[in-house]
Amino acid sequence: MAWDRNQMAARAALELEDGMYVNLGIGIPTLVANYVPEGVDVTLQSENGMLGIGPFPTEDEIDADLINAGKQTVTALSRTSYFDSATSFGMIRGGKIALAILGAMEVAENGDLANWMIPGKLVKGMGGAMDLVAGVGRVIVVMDHTNKRGETKLLKECTLPLTGKGVVNQIITNLGVLEVVEGGLRIVECAPDVTEDDIRAATEATIV
Amino acid sequence: MKKIYDSAADALDGLLQDGMLIAAGGFGLCGIPENLIAAIRDAGTKDLTVVSNNAGVDDFGLGLLLQTKQVKKMVSSYVGENDLFMQQYLSGELEIEFNPQGTLAERMRAGGAGIPGFYTKTGVGTQVAEGKEHKDFDGETYVLERGIVADLAIVKAWKADDTGNCIFRKTARNFNPPAAMCGKVCVMEVEEIVPRGSLDPDAIHMPGIYVNRIIQGSHEKRIEQRTTRAA
Repeated sequence: MAWDRNQMAARAALELEDGMYVNLGIGIPTLVANYVPEGVDVTLQSENGMLGIGPFPTEDEIDADLINAGKQTVTALSRTSYFDSATSFGMIRGGKIALAILGAMEVAENGDLANWMIPGKLVKGMGGAMDLVAGVGRVIVVMDHTNKRGETKLLKECTLPLTGKGVVNQIITNLGVLEVVEGGLRIVECAPDVTEDDIRAATEATIV
Repeated sequence: MKKIYDSAADALDGLLQDGMLIAAGGFGLCGIPENLIAAIRDAGTKDLTVVSNNAGVDDFGLGLLLQTKQVKKMVSSYVGENDLFMQQYLSGELEIEFNPQGTLAERMRAGGAGIPGFYTKTGVGTQVAEGKEHKDFDGETYVLERGIVADLAIVKAWKADDTGNCIFRKTARNFNPPAAMCGKVCVMEVEEIVPRGSLDPDAIHMPGIYVNRIIQGSHEKRIEQRTTRAA
């Protein structure tokens, strides 16, 4: 049984370590916040200028001045701090954020990441993704192993324009967990009832 | 010293010119200078290049200046929430220069701090680094990005005194300080002008030196993604 979105997020949450400052991307990565393990205290960063993201507000708590990087209304915690965008990306670029978890369109065996544009299609912009992958200590991609057409997203080389070169450390897909190592990808874990052969069959990148 | 003006139109009087470069604060619709944008629309200033992380939505924020086709070029990191933007971009009426969000913020901060360029790892090996100078430091490759100095900065804060010392509220701070810094002239709108001495000098987010003109405005503060949990 391959993992579903929530199971992928729960698996990614096991990568969190006590005391980490973490940036979660939009989509499945956001769900990771729901699975922070007991006894692990992490602080979530939102690149629009906030450390310590709280849960979504109740109807009464909604505040237009308090949003996350996905422009969703959020709340603050007792630990929360606010700062401007230059300071925010200073801490990202400066390597103070230990971990970023984000989605991807393609990942290559050397850790190249493509997740911001498809030539010929509408380009919305890279937002903070290029800064995050260039600056953050460890980058984990959470995504489906294949695209909507059933083609693998784990490639020898990315075909789409890059977000970052050699930046991905780990990939968590619906099929399992892979680490980017010298020479290619190493299978770390398979989802229940998924075999290493299943992963190899669904992967173009070199498995070492 | 007189920095306080009666209205957004008064505060912008004499500052607007066709073809100018304007830096605007805000992230999405959060912390945007609503009143000043509307006043620029009413003034009809055209062929603008606007440096702003986002481009508003169709009928609010910088989207108002797209409706009236006053913008020639946007320098932004993400414009996904604006259909009008996409139509004008695809038809060739509007130019876009995408900058990584942190690079955009630092370009503004640097420009305002007298730093004409800086090296960053962000974007190395991607399209955004093409044609730019690269340099290795301690075994890593960096790309040269330029500071931005804008003809005019338009920003929004929460409270300011009459000298422009100001504080922002929650995540509405975002791009406002770097945008203010990079303007040759900065016009700021606030929710409340407070008496001198009522803001703790230790708690001021941005000193008034960066602010030339101030107005008090009313703010709709539209929300893009209203997400809630059960009470």
